[in-house]
Amino acid sequence: MEILETAFMQRALLAAVLVGITAPAVGIYLVQRRQALMGDGIGHVAMTGVGLGFLLSANPVWMAALVSIAGAVAMELIRWYGRMRGDMALAMLFYGGMAGGVLLINLAPNGSNSNLTSYLFGSLSTVSDADVVAICLLAAFVMLVTVGLRRHLFAISQDEEFARVTGLPVRALNLLIAVTAAVTVTVAMRVVGLLLVSALMVVPVAAAQQITRSFKVTFVLAVVIGTAVTLAGTVTSYEYEVPPGATIVLLAIGVFFVLTALAGPLARRRSRTLSEADAGAPAGCSVEAGGLPDGSRPAYVAKV
Amino acid sequence: MKPEPEQPVISLRGATATLGSRPVLRGVDLAVHRGEVVSLLGANGSGKSTAVRSVIGQVPLTGGSVDLFGTPLRRFRDWARVGYVPQRTTAASGVPATVYEVVSSGRLSRAKLRWPSKADRAAVHRAIELVGLADRAKDSVNALSGGQHQRVLIARALASEPELLIMDEPMAGVDLVSQEILATTLREQVVAGTTVLLVLHELGALEPLIDRAVVLRDGCVTHDGPPPRSLGQHALPGHDHVHPHSDSEPVRTGLLT
Repeated sequence: MEILETAFMQRALLAAVLVGITAPAVGIYLVQRRQALMGDGIGHVAMTGVGLGFLLSANPVWMAALVSIAGAVAMELIRWYGRMRGDMALAMLFYGGMAGGVLLINLAPNGSNSNLTSYLFGSLSTVSDADVVAICLLAAFVMLVTVGLRRHLFAISQDEEFARVTGLPVRALNLLIAVTAAVTVTVAMRVVGLLLVSALMVVPVAAAQQITRSFKVTFVLAVVIGTAVTLAGTVTSYEYEVPPGATIVLLAIGVFFVLTALAGPLARRRSRTLSEADAGAPAGCSVEAGGLPDGSRPAYVAKV
Repeated sequence: MKPEPEQPVISLRGATATLGSRPVLRGVDLAVHRGEVVSLLGANGSGKSTAVRSVIGQVPLTGGSVDLFGTPLRRFRDWARVGYVPQRTTAASGVPATVYEVVSSGRLSRAKLRWPSKADRAAVHRAIELVGLADRAKDSVNALSGGQHQRVLIARALASEPELLIMDEPMAGVDLVSQEILATTLREQVVAGTTVLLVLHELGALEPLIDRAVVLRDGCVTHDGPPPRSLGQHALPGHDHVHPHSDSEPVRTGLLT
Protein backbone atom coordinates (compact mmCIF):
# COMPACT_ATOMS: atom_id res chain seq x y z
CA MET A 1 0.00 0.00 0.00
CA GLU A 2 1.62 3.19 -1.14
CA ILE A 3 -0.47 5.21 1.29
CA LEU A 4 1.46 3.69 4.21
CA GLU A 5 4.86 4.64 2.81
CA THR A 6 4.85 8.24 3.91
CA ALA A 7 5.60 8.83 7.57
CA PHE A 8 2.93 11.47 8.00
CA MET A 9 0.23 9.12 6.66
CA GLN A 10 1.35 6.41 9.09
CA ARG A 11 1.00 8.91 11.91
CA ALA A 12 -2.31 10.12 10.53
CA LEU A 13 -3.80 6.63 10.29
CA LEU A 14 -2.63 5.70 13.80
CA ALA A 15 -4.13 8.88 15.20
CA ALA A 16 -7.34 8.27 13.27
CA VAL A 17 -7.77 4.70 14.57
CA LEU A 18 -7.19 5.80 18.14
CA VAL A 19 -9.78 8.55 17.77
CA GLY A 20 -12.25 6.18 16.16
CA ILE A 21 -11.97 3.87 19.17
CA THR A 22 -11.88 6.37 22.02
CA ALA A 23 -14.45 8.97 20.96
CA PRO A 24 -17.49 6.62 20.86
CA ALA A 25 -16.22 4.75 23.96
CA VAL A 26 -16.62 7.82 26.14
CA GLY A 27 -19.38 9.38 24.03
CA ILE A 28 -21.75 6.50 24.83
CA TYR A 29 -21.85 7.54 28.50
CA LEU A 30 -22.55 11.15 27.55
CA VAL A 31 -25.39 10.04 25.26
CA GLN A 32 -26.72 7.79 28.01
CA ARG A 33 -26.82 10.79 30.38
CA ARG A 34 -28.45 12.86 27.64
CA GLN A 35 -25.45 15.21 27.55
CA ALA A 36 -24.65 14.60 23.90
CA LEU A 37 -23.39 18.16 23.40
CA MET A 38 -20.97 18.06 26.33
CA GLY A 39 -18.13 17.04 23.99
CA ASP A 40 -18.74 20.10 21.86
CA GLY A 41 -18.64 22.34 24.94
CA ILE A 42 -15.31 20.86 26.01
CA GLY A 43 -14.05 21.22 22.43
CA HIS A 44 -14.61 24.94 22.60
CA VAL A 45 -12.77 25.17 25.90
CA ALA A 46 -9.87 23.23 24.39
CA MET A 47 -9.45 26.14 21.95
CA THR A 48 -8.36 28.29 24.87
CA GLY A 49 -5.82 25.58 25.66
CA VAL A 50 -4.49 25.62 22.10
CA GLY A 51 -4.19 29.40 22.28
CA LEU A 52 -2.37 29.13 25.60
CA GLY A 53 -0.03 26.54 24.08
CA PHE A 54 0.95 28.95 21.32
CA LEU A 55 1.37 31.82 23.77
CA LEU A 56 3.64 29.81 26.09
CA SER A 57 5.33 27.92 23.20
CA ALA A 58 4.23 24.62 24.78
CA ASN A 59 2.84 21.55 23.00
CA PRO A 60 -0.76 22.56 22.14
CA VAL A 61 -2.06 18.99 22.63
CA TRP A 62 -0.94 18.79 26.26
CA MET A 63 -2.02 22.37 26.93
CA ALA A 64 -5.43 21.72 25.40
CA ALA A 65 -5.74 18.58 27.54
CA LEU A 66 -5.01 20.53 30.73
CA VAL A 67 -7.36 23.40 29.96
CA SER A 68 -10.23 21.21 28.76
CA ILE A 69 -9.91 19.01 31.86
CA ALA A 70 -10.18 22.17 33.97
CA GLY A 71 -13.22 23.24 31.93
CA ALA A 72 -14.94 19.86 32.25
CA VAL A 73 -14.33 19.76 36.00
CA ALA A 74 -15.65 23.31 36.31
CA MET A 75 -18.79 22.25 34.50
CA GLU A 76 -19.33 19.31 36.89
CA LEU A 77 -18.84 21.65 39.85
CA ILE A 78 -21.37 24.10 38.42
CA ARG A 79 -23.81 21.20 38.08
CA TRP A 80 -23.41 20.27 41.78
CA TYR A 81 -23.31 23.60 43.48
CA GLY A 82 -24.63 26.14 41.04
CA ARG A 83 -28.20 27.02 40.42
CA MET A 84 -27.43 27.29 36.73
CA ARG A 85 -29.21 24.93 34.36
CA GLY A 86 -27.06 22.52 32.39
CA ASP A 87 -27.68 24.18 29.03
CA MET A 88 -26.73 27.60 30.41
CA ALA A 89 -23.46 26.24 31.79
CA LEU A 90 -22.81 24.67 28.39
CA ALA A 91 -23.42 28.00 26.64
CA MET A 92 -20.86 29.68 28.93
CA LEU A 93 -18.29 27.05 27.98
CA PHE A 94 -18.97 27.42 24.24
CA TYR A 95 -18.56 31.18 24.10
CA GLY A 96 -15.92 31.59 26.80
CA GLY A 97 -13.74 28.87 25.31
CA MET A 98 -13.96 30.19 21.77
CA ALA A 99 -13.30 33.80 22.81
CA GLY A 100 -10.37 32.76 25.01
CA GLY A 101 -8.77 30.80 22.19
CA VAL A 102 -9.01 33.61 19.64
CA LEU A 103 -7.72 36.20 22.12
CA LEU A 104 -4.75 34.16 23.35
CA ILE A 105 -3.57 33.06 19.93
CA ASN A 106 -3.53 36.65 18.73
CA LEU A 107 -1.48 37.61 21.78
CA ALA A 108 1.12 34.95 20.90
CA PRO A 109 4.22 36.39 19.15
CA ASN A 110 3.89 34.31 15.97
CA GLY A 111 0.26 33.35 16.26
CA SER A 112 -2.74 34.23 14.15
CA ASN A 113 -6.19 32.81 13.54
CA SER A 114 -4.77 30.71 10.72
CA ASN A 115 -2.81 28.65 13.29
CA LEU A 116 -6.11 27.90 14.95
CA THR A 117 -7.66 26.59 11.73
CA SER A 118 -5.76 23.29 11.78
CA TYR A 119 -7.13 22.67 15.30
CA LEU A 120 -10.64 23.80 14.43
CA PHE A 121 -11.09 21.50 11.45
CA GLY A 122 -8.33 18.94 11.92
CA SER A 123 -5.21 18.66 9.83
CA LEU A 124 -3.51 15.30 9.53
CA SER A 125 -0.46 16.60 7.69
CA THR A 126 0.59 18.66 10.71
CA VAL A 127 0.44 15.75 13.21
CA SER A 128 3.95 15.51 14.70
CA ASP A 129 5.72 12.58 16.38
CA ALA A 130 5.27 14.30 19.74
CA ASP A 131 1.55 14.60 19.02
CA VAL A 132 1.34 10.87 18.26
CA VAL A 133 3.00 9.99 21.55
CA ALA A 134 0.58 12.27 23.42
CA ILE A 135 -2.39 10.80 21.55
CA CYS A 136 -1.32 7.19 22.32
CA LEU A 137 -0.93 7.88 26.05
CA LEU A 138 -4.21 9.74 26.30
CA ALA A 139 -6.08 7.05 24.33
CA ALA A 140 -4.71 4.34 26.64
CA PHE A 141 -6.08 6.27 29.62
CA VAL A 142 -9.50 6.68 28.02
CA MET A 143 -9.83 2.98 27.16
CA LEU A 144 -8.71 1.93 30.63
CA VAL A 145 -11.45 4.05 32.20
CA THR A 146 -14.32 3.42 29.78
CA VAL A 147 -13.84 -0.36 29.56
CA GLY A 148 -12.48 -1.07 33.04
CA LEU A 149 -15.20 0.84 34.87
CA ARG A 150 -18.03 0.21 32.41
CA ARG A 151 -20.44 -1.28 34.97
CA HIS A 152 -20.01 1.65 37.32
CA LEU A 153 -20.15 4.30 34.61
CA PHE A 154 -23.23 2.56 33.18
CA ALA A 155 -24.93 2.65 36.59
CA ILE A 156 -24.31 6.35 37.28
CA SER A 157 -25.24 7.34 33.73
CA GLN A 158 -28.42 5.24 33.82
CA ASP A 159 -29.80 6.55 37.13
CA GLU A 160 -27.61 8.84 39.19
CA GLU A 161 -29.83 8.94 42.27
CA PHE A 162 -30.10 5.16 42.43
CA ALA A 163 -26.32 4.85 41.97
CA ARG A 164 -25.76 7.12 44.99
CA VAL A 165 -27.97 4.86 47.11
CA THR A 166 -25.94 1.80 46.09
CA GLY A 167 -22.97 3.52 47.73
CA LEU A 168 -21.03 4.17 44.51
CA PRO A 169 -18.69 7.20 44.64
CA VAL A 170 -20.92 9.05 42.18
CA ARG A 171 -19.15 12.41 42.39
CA ALA A 172 -15.74 10.90 41.76
CA LEU A 173 -17.10 8.86 38.84
CA ASN A 174 -18.84 11.91 37.36
CA LEU A 175 -15.56 13.80 37.52
CA LEU A 176 -13.82 10.85 35.91
CA ILE A 177 -16.29 10.89 32.98
CA ALA A 178 -15.76 14.65 32.61
CA VAL A 179 -11.98 14.30 32.63
CA THR A 180 -12.09 11.34 30.23
CA ALA A 181 -14.33 13.28 27.84
CA ALA A 182 -11.91 16.21 27.98
CA VAL A 183 -8.96 13.93 27.26
CA THR A 184 -10.82 12.38 24.34
CA VAL A 185 -11.52 15.79 22.85
CA THR A 186 -7.83 16.62 22.82
CA VAL A 187 -6.98 13.21 21.34
CA ALA A 188 -9.47 13.79 18.55
CA MET A 189 -8.79 17.43 17.78
CA ARG A 190 -5.81 16.82 15.48
CA VAL A 191 -7.86 14.44 13.37
CA VAL A 192 -11.43 15.74 13.18
CA GLY A 193 -10.87 19.20 14.63
CA LEU A 194 -12.40 20.83 17.67
CA LEU A 195 -15.60 21.90 15.95
CA LEU A 196 -16.47 18.35 14.87
CA VAL A 197 -15.04 16.36 17.76
CA SER A 198 -18.40 15.98 19.44
CA ALA A 199 -19.79 14.37 16.28
CA LEU A 200 -17.49 11.36 16.65
CA MET A 201 -18.56 10.96 20.27
CA VAL A 202 -22.24 11.01 19.41
CA VAL A 203 -22.94 9.93 15.81
CA PRO A 204 -21.44 6.38 15.98
CA VAL A 205 -23.43 5.76 19.17
CA ALA A 206 -26.61 7.11 17.59
CA ALA A 207 -26.01 4.93 14.51
CA ALA A 208 -25.30 1.78 16.54
CA GLN A 209 -28.38 2.10 18.72
CA GLN A 210 -30.68 2.04 15.70
CA ILE A 211 -30.20 -1.72 15.51
CA THR A 212 -29.16 -2.76 19.03
CA ARG A 213 -31.01 -3.76 22.17
CA SER A 214 -28.23 -3.94 24.76
CA PHE A 215 -25.65 -1.48 26.07
CA LYS A 216 -22.82 -3.94 25.50
CA VAL A 217 -23.55 -4.46 21.81
CA THR A 218 -24.16 -0.73 21.33
CA PHE A 219 -20.73 -0.01 22.85
CA VAL A 220 -18.90 -2.52 20.64
CA LEU A 221 -20.75 -1.56 17.47
CA ALA A 222 -20.22 2.18 18.09
CA VAL A 223 -16.47 1.61 18.46
CA VAL A 224 -16.43 -0.50 15.26
CA ILE A 225 -18.32 2.21 13.36
CA GLY A 226 -16.04 4.90 14.80
CA THR A 227 -12.91 3.03 13.72
CA ALA A 228 -14.29 2.26 10.25
CA VAL A 229 -15.33 5.83 9.45
CA THR A 230 -12.11 7.41 10.75
CA LEU A 231 -9.99 4.99 8.67
CA ALA A 232 -12.11 5.36 5.57
CA GLY A 233 -12.31 9.13 6.04
CA THR A 234 -8.56 9.50 6.46
CA VAL A 235 -7.82 7.50 3.31
CA THR A 236 -10.47 9.42 1.35
CA SER A 237 -9.12 12.75 2.51
CA TYR A 238 -5.62 11.68 1.36
CA GLU A 239 -6.80 10.45 -2.04
CA TYR A 240 -9.06 13.37 -2.91
CA GLU A 241 -7.40 16.12 -0.86
CA VAL A 242 -10.49 16.99 1.15
CA PRO A 243 -10.48 17.95 4.85
CA PRO A 244 -10.37 14.75 7.03
CA GLY A 245 -12.68 15.93 9.81
CA ALA A 246 -15.56 16.81 7.54
CA THR A 247 -15.13 13.59 5.50
CA ILE A 248 -15.12 11.42 8.63
CA VAL A 249 -18.20 13.07 10.11
CA LEU A 250 -20.18 12.87 6.86
CA LEU A 251 -19.29 9.18 6.54
CA ALA A 252 -20.49 8.60 10.12
CA ILE A 253 -23.77 10.34 9.36
CA GLY A 254 -24.07 8.18 6.23
CA VAL A 255 -23.69 5.06 8.39
CA PHE A 256 -26.36 6.44 10.71
CA PHE A 257 -28.84 6.75 7.82
CA VAL A 258 -28.04 3.29 6.44
CA LEU A 259 -28.55 1.66 9.85
CA THR A 260 -31.74 3.63 10.44
CA ALA A 261 -33.09 2.31 7.14
CA LEU A 262 -32.07 -1.23 8.12
CA ALA A 263 -33.64 -0.99 11.58
CA GLY A 264 -37.23 -1.56 10.40
CA PRO A 265 -36.71 -4.77 8.39
CA LEU A 266 -34.35 -6.10 11.06
CA ALA A 267 -36.91 -5.64 13.82
CA ARG A 268 -39.56 -7.37 11.69
CA ARG A 269 -37.24 -10.33 11.12
CA ARG A 270 -36.52 -10.57 14.82
CA SER A 271 -40.20 -10.52 15.68
CA ARG A 272 -40.88 -13.30 13.12
CA THR A 273 -38.27 -15.48 14.84
CA LEU A 274 -39.84 -14.59 18.14
CA SER A 275 -43.34 -15.53 17.03
CA GLU A 276 -42.09 -18.81 15.55
CA ALA A 277 -40.42 -19.67 18.86
CA ASP A 278 -43.60 -18.71 20.64
CA ALA A 279 -45.91 -20.70 18.37
CA GLY A 280 -48.56 -21.11 21.04
CA ALA A 281 -49.39 -17.43 21.12
CA PRO A 282 -51.91 -16.17 18.60
CA ALA A 283 -50.36 -14.09 15.84
CA GLY A 284 -53.12 -11.54 15.65
CA CYS A 285 -55.63 -9.99 18.00
CA SER A 286 -58.75 -11.67 19.19
CA VAL A 287 -61.30 -10.55 21.71
CA GLU A 288 -60.56 -13.20 24.32
CA ALA A 289 -56.79 -13.45 24.04
CA GLY A 290 -55.28 -10.27 22.72
CA GLY A 291 -52.30 -10.14 25.01
CA LEU A 292 -49.90 -12.12 27.12
CA PRO A 293 -51.11 -13.44 30.49
CA ASP A 294 -49.54 -10.54 32.38
CA GLY A 295 -51.60 -8.04 30.45
CA SER A 296 -48.74 -6.71 28.34
CA ARG A 297 -48.85 -6.61 24.59
CA PRO A 298 -46.91 -9.25 22.70
CA ALA A 299 -43.45 -8.01 21.77
CA TYR A 300 -43.99 -8.46 18.04
CA VAL A 301 -46.64 -5.79 17.82
CA ALA A 302 -45.20 -3.46 20.44
CA LYS A 303 -42.54 -1.48 18.65
CA VAL A 304 -40.57 -1.54 15.44
CA MET B 1 -25.30 -8.99 61.90
CA LYS B 2 -28.76 -8.78 63.42
CA PRO B 3 -29.42 -5.59 65.34
CA GLU B 4 -30.92 -5.60 68.82
CA PRO B 5 -34.58 -6.58 68.65
CA GLU B 6 -35.56 -3.19 70.05
CA GLN B 7 -33.48 -1.23 67.60
CA PRO B 8 -35.52 0.09 64.66
CA VAL B 9 -34.26 -0.44 61.11
CA ILE B 10 -35.16 3.15 60.26
CA SER B 11 -35.32 5.85 62.87
CA LEU B 12 -36.19 9.39 61.87
CA ARG B 13 -36.32 11.82 64.80
CA GLY B 14 -37.52 15.42 64.65
CA ALA B 15 -36.63 15.63 60.98
CA THR B 16 -36.92 19.03 59.35
CA ALA B 17 -36.09 19.85 55.73
CA THR B 18 -36.64 22.69 53.31
CA LEU B 19 -36.89 22.93 49.55
CA GLY B 20 -35.75 26.39 48.59
CA SER B 21 -37.08 28.41 51.50
CA ARG B 22 -40.27 26.39 51.97
CA PRO B 23 -40.33 24.00 54.94
CA VAL B 24 -41.28 20.54 53.63
CA LEU B 25 -40.70 18.50 56.78
CA ARG B 26 -41.52 20.14 60.10
CA GLY B 27 -40.42 17.69 62.76
CA VAL B 28 -41.21 14.19 61.49
CA ASP B 29 -40.73 11.20 63.80
CA LEU B 30 -40.81 7.79 62.18
CA ALA B 31 -39.57 4.41 63.36
CA VAL B 32 -39.75 1.30 61.21
CA HIS B 33 -38.98 -1.99 62.92
CA ARG B 34 -37.56 -5.20 61.50
CA GLY B 35 -40.10 -7.06 59.36
CA GLU B 36 -42.62 -4.21 59.29
CA VAL B 37 -44.31 -2.93 56.15
CA VAL B 38 -44.97 0.78 56.60
CA SER B 39 -46.70 2.99 54.07
CA LEU B 40 -46.37 6.76 53.92
CA LEU B 41 -49.55 8.42 52.73
CA GLY B 42 -50.53 12.00 52.12
CA ALA B 43 -51.59 14.53 49.53
CA ASN B 44 -49.23 15.88 46.89
CA GLY B 45 -46.75 18.20 48.59
CA SER B 46 -47.32 16.75 52.06
CA GLY B 47 -43.65 15.78 52.31
CA LYS B 48 -43.93 12.00 52.00
CA SER B 49 -41.45 11.72 49.15
CA THR B 50 -39.03 14.10 50.90
CA ALA B 51 -39.28 12.06 54.09
CA VAL B 52 -38.34 8.86 52.26
CA ARG B 53 -35.53 10.53 50.34
CA SER B 54 -34.10 12.01 53.54
CA VAL B 55 -33.88 8.50 55.01
CA ILE B 56 -31.45 7.49 52.26
CA GLY B 57 -29.53 10.76 52.34
CA GLN B 58 -30.86 12.21 49.08
CA VAL B 59 -32.42 15.23 50.81
CA PRO B 60 -30.26 16.97 53.45
CA LEU B 61 -32.00 17.50 56.78
CA THR B 62 -31.88 20.96 58.35
CA GLY B 63 -32.61 19.47 61.76
CA GLY B 64 -33.19 16.17 63.53
CA SER B 65 -31.47 12.89 62.78
CA VAL B 66 -31.71 9.66 60.77
CA ASP B 67 -30.39 6.27 61.81
CA LEU B 68 -30.28 3.26 59.50
CA PHE B 69 -29.80 -0.14 61.19
CA GLY B 70 -28.76 1.75 64.33
CA THR B 71 -26.01 3.70 62.57
CA PRO B 72 -26.25 7.48 62.04
CA LEU B 73 -26.82 8.08 58.32
CA ARG B 74 -23.61 10.09 58.05
CA ARG B 75 -21.55 7.04 58.99
CA PHE B 76 -23.74 4.43 57.27
CA ARG B 77 -21.83 2.63 54.47
CA ASP B 78 -23.55 -0.75 54.25
CA TRP B 79 -25.75 0.21 51.29
CA ALA B 80 -26.10 -3.38 50.06
CA ARG B 81 -28.60 -3.89 52.91
CA VAL B 82 -30.88 -1.24 51.38
CA GLY B 83 -32.85 -1.64 48.16
CA TYR B 84 -34.16 1.61 46.73
CA VAL B 85 -36.87 2.11 44.10
CA PRO B 86 -36.87 5.78 43.08
CA GLN B 87 -39.96 7.50 41.73
CA ARG B 88 -39.65 6.97 37.98
CA THR B 89 -41.91 6.32 35.07
CA THR B 90 -39.17 4.67 33.02
CA ALA B 91 -36.10 2.51 33.49
CA ALA B 92 -34.68 3.63 30.13
CA SER B 93 -31.91 6.15 29.37
CA GLY B 94 -30.32 7.63 26.26
CA VAL B 95 -28.78 4.35 25.12
CA PRO B 96 -30.54 0.97 24.76
CA ALA B 97 -29.99 -1.41 27.67
CA THR B 98 -31.42 -4.84 28.40
CA VAL B 99 -33.45 -5.72 31.47
CA TYR B 100 -30.49 -7.78 32.69
CA GLU B 101 -28.06 -4.87 32.30
CA VAL B 102 -30.29 -2.44 34.20
CA VAL B 103 -30.99 -4.90 37.01
CA SER B 104 -27.25 -5.72 37.26
CA SER B 105 -26.48 -2.18 38.35
CA GLY B 106 -28.41 -2.92 41.55
CA ARG B 107 -25.83 -5.59 42.37
CA LEU B 108 -22.91 -3.15 42.37
CA SER B 109 -23.48 -2.39 46.05
CA ARG B 110 -22.33 -5.96 46.74
CA ALA B 111 -19.98 -6.54 43.79
CA LYS B 112 -18.26 -3.14 44.21
CA LEU B 113 -15.09 -3.07 42.11
CA ARG B 114 -14.57 -6.80 41.71
CA TRP B 115 -15.54 -8.80 38.64
CA PRO B 116 -19.14 -10.10 39.02
CA SER B 117 -19.06 -13.64 40.42
CA LYS B 118 -21.36 -16.54 39.63
CA ALA B 119 -23.30 -15.66 42.77
CA ASP B 120 -23.75 -12.08 41.55
CA ARG B 121 -25.13 -13.23 38.21
CA ALA B 122 -27.42 -15.72 39.93
CA ALA B 123 -28.76 -12.97 42.21
CA VAL B 124 -29.53 -10.75 39.22
CA HIS B 125 -31.38 -13.58 37.46
CA ARG B 126 -33.29 -14.37 40.66
CA ALA B 127 -34.35 -10.74 41.01
CA ILE B 128 -35.62 -10.70 37.42
CA GLU B 129 -37.53 -13.94 38.03
CA LEU B 130 -39.08 -12.51 41.19
CA VAL B 131 -40.81 -9.77 39.18
CA GLY B 132 -41.85 -12.23 36.46
CA LEU B 133 -39.68 -10.89 33.65
CA ALA B 134 -37.38 -13.90 33.19
CA ASP B 135 -38.43 -14.28 29.55
CA ARG B 136 -37.67 -10.62 28.86
CA ALA B 137 -34.20 -10.48 30.47
CA LYS B 138 -32.43 -10.00 27.15
CA ASP B 139 -34.94 -7.50 25.75
CA SER B 140 -34.34 -3.79 25.66
CA VAL B 141 -36.15 -1.93 28.42
CA ASN B 142 -37.40 0.43 25.69
CA ALA B 143 -39.72 -2.35 24.51
CA LEU B 144 -41.48 -2.69 27.89
CA SER B 145 -44.80 -1.33 29.11
CA GLY B 146 -45.12 1.13 31.99
CA GLY B 147 -45.88 -1.61 34.53
CA GLN B 148 -42.95 -3.67 33.32
CA HIS B 149 -40.64 -0.64 33.77
CA GLN B 150 -41.65 -0.51 37.44
CA ARG B 151 -40.97 -4.24 37.74
CA VAL B 152 -37.46 -3.69 36.32
CA LEU B 153 -36.84 -0.91 38.87
CA ILE B 154 -37.99 -3.19 41.69
CA ALA B 155 -35.84 -6.08 40.42
CA ARG B 156 -32.87 -3.69 40.38
CA ALA B 157 -33.51 -2.90 44.06
CA LEU B 158 -33.85 -6.62 44.89
CA ALA B 159 -30.60 -7.57 43.13
CA SER B 160 -28.48 -6.78 46.19
CA GLU B 161 -30.75 -9.04 48.31
CA PRO B 162 -31.56 -6.17 50.68
CA GLU B 163 -32.94 -6.39 54.21
CA LEU B 164 -34.73 -3.08 53.79
CA LEU B 165 -36.74 -2.01 50.75
CA ILE B 166 -37.51 1.69 50.28
CA MET B 167 -39.93 2.47 47.48
CA ASP B 168 -41.18 5.84 46.27
CA GLU B 169 -44.55 5.45 44.54
CA PRO B 170 -43.84 2.04 42.99
CA MET B 171 -47.41 1.80 41.75
CA ALA B 172 -47.55 5.09 39.83
CA GLY B 173 -48.89 4.43 36.33
CA VAL B 174 -49.02 0.66 36.84
CA ASP B 175 -51.99 -1.33 35.52
CA LEU B 176 -53.95 -3.64 37.80
CA VAL B 177 -52.38 -6.85 36.49
CA SER B 178 -48.88 -5.51 37.10
CA GLN B 179 -49.98 -4.26 40.53
CA GLU B 180 -50.99 -7.80 41.44
CA ILE B 181 -47.62 -9.16 40.27
CA LEU B 182 -45.79 -6.50 42.28
CA ALA B 183 -47.91 -7.28 45.33
CA THR B 184 -47.03 -10.98 45.02
CA THR B 185 -43.33 -10.17 44.69
CA LEU B 186 -43.49 -7.93 47.71
CA ARG B 187 -45.39 -10.50 49.75
CA GLU B 188 -42.60 -13.05 49.15
CA GLN B 189 -40.04 -10.51 50.32
CA VAL B 190 -42.05 -9.68 53.43
CA VAL B 191 -42.51 -13.36 54.28
CA ALA B 192 -38.73 -13.76 53.97
CA GLY B 193 -38.32 -11.04 56.59
CA THR B 194 -37.61 -7.94 54.51
CA THR B 195 -38.55 -4.60 56.06
CA VAL B 196 -40.44 -2.26 53.73
CA LEU B 197 -41.02 1.50 53.75
CA LEU B 198 -42.99 2.76 50.79
CA VAL B 199 -44.69 5.91 49.60
CA LEU B 200 -48.11 5.24 48.11
CA HIS B 201 -50.69 7.37 46.41
CA GLU B 202 -53.36 4.79 47.14
CA LEU B 203 -53.15 1.56 49.10
CA GLY B 204 -54.55 -0.39 46.14
CA ALA B 205 -53.38 -3.96 45.63
CA LEU B 206 -50.81 -3.66 48.42
CA GLU B 207 -53.42 -2.96 51.11
CA PRO B 208 -53.38 -6.47 52.68
CA LEU B 209 -49.59 -6.27 53.12
CA ILE B 210 -49.42 -2.96 54.96
CA ASP B 211 -48.88 -3.24 58.74
CA ARG B 212 -48.92 0.45 59.49
CA ALA B 213 -49.75 3.66 57.69
CA VAL B 214 -48.12 6.97 58.47
CA VAL B 215 -50.06 9.94 57.13
CA LEU B 216 -48.27 13.21 56.48
CA ARG B 217 -49.89 16.59 56.07
CA ASP B 218 -47.93 19.80 55.49
CA GLY B 219 -44.74 18.15 56.70
CA CYS B 220 -46.16 16.79 59.96
CA VAL B 221 -47.31 13.30 60.93
CA THR B 222 -51.07 13.36 61.46
CA HIS B 223 -51.70 9.60 61.77
CA ASP B 224 -49.48 6.66 62.70
CA GLY B 225 -51.28 3.39 63.08
CA PRO B 226 -53.33 0.81 61.24
CA PRO B 227 -53.97 1.72 57.61
CA PRO B 228 -57.30 3.45 56.92
CA ARG B 229 -59.11 0.37 55.57
CA SER B 230 -60.44 0.51 52.04
CA LEU B 231 -60.43 4.27 52.04
CA GLY B 232 -56.97 4.96 50.75
CA GLN B 233 -55.91 8.49 50.34
CA HIS B 234 -59.23 9.69 48.99
CA ALA B 235 -60.77 9.98 52.44
CA LEU B 236 -57.82 11.81 53.95
CA PRO B 237 -58.15 15.48 54.87
CA GLY B 238 -56.84 17.91 52.33
CA HIS B 239 -56.66 15.41 49.52
CA ASP B 240 -57.21 16.93 46.14
CA HIS B 241 -57.39 14.26 43.54
CA VAL B 242 -55.06 14.64 40.64
CA HIS B 243 -55.63 11.99 38.05
CA PRO B 244 -52.38 10.06 37.70
CA HIS B 245 -52.69 9.29 34.00
CA SER B 246 -51.39 11.84 31.55
CA ASP B 247 -52.99 12.24 28.15
CA SER B 248 -50.04 10.67 26.38
CA GLU B 249 -50.45 7.45 28.31
CA PRO B 250 -53.60 5.46 27.76
CA VAL B 251 -55.42 4.35 30.90
CA ARG B 252 -54.64 0.71 31.54
CA THR B 253 -57.50 -1.13 33.08
CA GLY B 254 -56.32 -4.67 32.64
CA LEU B 255 -59.44 -5.42 30.60
CA LEU B 256 -58.52 -3.63 27.43
CA THR B 257 -54.81 -4.28 27.17
